Amino acid sequence: MRSLVVLSAEGEGFVPPSSNDFELPPIFGDNVFTTKPIFLVFLSVILVSVFFILSSRKASIVPSKFQFAGESIYAFVRNDLARDVIGHDFMRFVPYLFTLFTFILTNNIFGIVPFLQFPTMSRVSFPYVLAASVYLVFHYVGIRKQGAWKYFKEIMFMPGVPKAAYILITPLELLTFLLVRPLTLSLRLFANMFAGHLLLLVFILGGEHLLQGVIGLKLISPFAFFIGIVLTFFEFMVQCLQAYIFTLLAALYIAGALADEH
Amino acid sequence: MSKSVILAAGEKINPLVPHTAELIVGAIAFTLLFLVLRSKVVPMFEKAFTARTEAIQGGMERAEKAQLEAQRALVQYNEQLAKAREEAQTLREEARVQGSAIVEELRAKAQEEAARITAAAHASIEAERQQAVTSLRNEVGTLAVELASKIVGEALEDQARQSRIVDRFLDDLEKSKK
Repeated sequence: MRSLVVLSAEGEGFVPPSSNDFELPPIFGDNVFTTKPIFLVFLSVILVSVFFILSSRKASIVPSKFQFAGESIYAFVRNDLARDVIGHDFMRFVPYLFTLFTFILTNNIFGIVPFLQFPTMSRVSFPYVLAASVYLVFHYVGIRKQGAWKYFKEIMFMPGVPKAAYILITPLELLTFLLVRPLTLSLRLFANMFAGHLLLLVFILGGEHLLQGVIGLKLISPFAFFIGIVLTFFEFMVQCLQAYIFTLLAALYIAGALADEH
Repeated sequence: MSKSVILAAGEKINPLVPHTAELIVGAIAFTLLFLVLRSKVVPMFEKAFTARTEAIQGGMERAEKAQLEAQRALVQYNEQLAKAREEAQTLREEARVQGSAIVEELRAKAQEEAARITAAAHASIEAERQQAVTSLRNEVGTLAVELASKIVGEALEDQARQSRIVDRFLDDLEKSKK
């Protein structure tokens, strides 16, 4: 944001926000570990940990309101994502899926929390890390369950398909399992957060810029802010949805690796 | 790579290129959160879930047990009631038998008494009759003697006289009786 102000001060007219706005400088000197996204990620770990430890510490049969809040989120991941998708033996994956969901959700919502206002997942590195973990988990689970040979054989040579079709299907399946899945998983999350934040920047910085223009432009500026506010609510929905989709797909991939036949 | 340099050059940064620092931090943060949630949060929630399920199941089991017990008590109660009825029946039967025995005994006693009284009455009547007969006989003797002396004294002449005398005698007898 600072860079934008600087740039617009230098040049004439409105400079639309770009990917450069996501490159935030280190807060302390040149240390690349002190950027805003990195602080936000650690903040999310602390917030999520504290919230769930406090709400589960005195977990009892009849929940308090606070316990109920934490428990509802946990029960949602446990029952609606893990149990319904993975089925038998789902408990093994509940901690992992629960972490994925709460981690992504919190970092996404940072995008519309006042003062924080930056969705951490719009930094592609974090979705990469998460997708890599999903990639490792579902392949590991599949190999453990069926053995490496059988697992890859089933990926490459899907049973119940005419032999000639393997020419087409085998490369596609390999590509899907080894490349497309982790890529789409990470890019979907990244792109949604990136685009959403960019959209908010356009309307809110645009509104601000209009306010500095002539009187006619000043009158238009409230509309830009209004759309910015509407989009903020829309973003909230997208942020929740993306956290859900990411976790759901992770569960689906694990379920697929566990299944005897694809 | 220094950001200020890039910005000064006015280049566009490719947003798909990851930063090493962010990759490391992301991995560490995610692992950290995973460890915390797995060790501290999930077990607690699971414990509460299990306890809740058990509480519900336990409640149902308790209710079932209570119902069973109530049923058993009802059966027992009915049994006892039937037994009590039976006992009452026996008691009544016994009482009736005893009652009839007592009545029988009393009747026999009464009859005996009646017989005794009758016998006593007979005896006393007999004695009185005997006495009456004795006194009658004495009187008849006296009267006969009186009559005979009268008959002899009058010197009976005829049949008519005879009967008159007898009549007179009987009248006298009547009168004296009065």
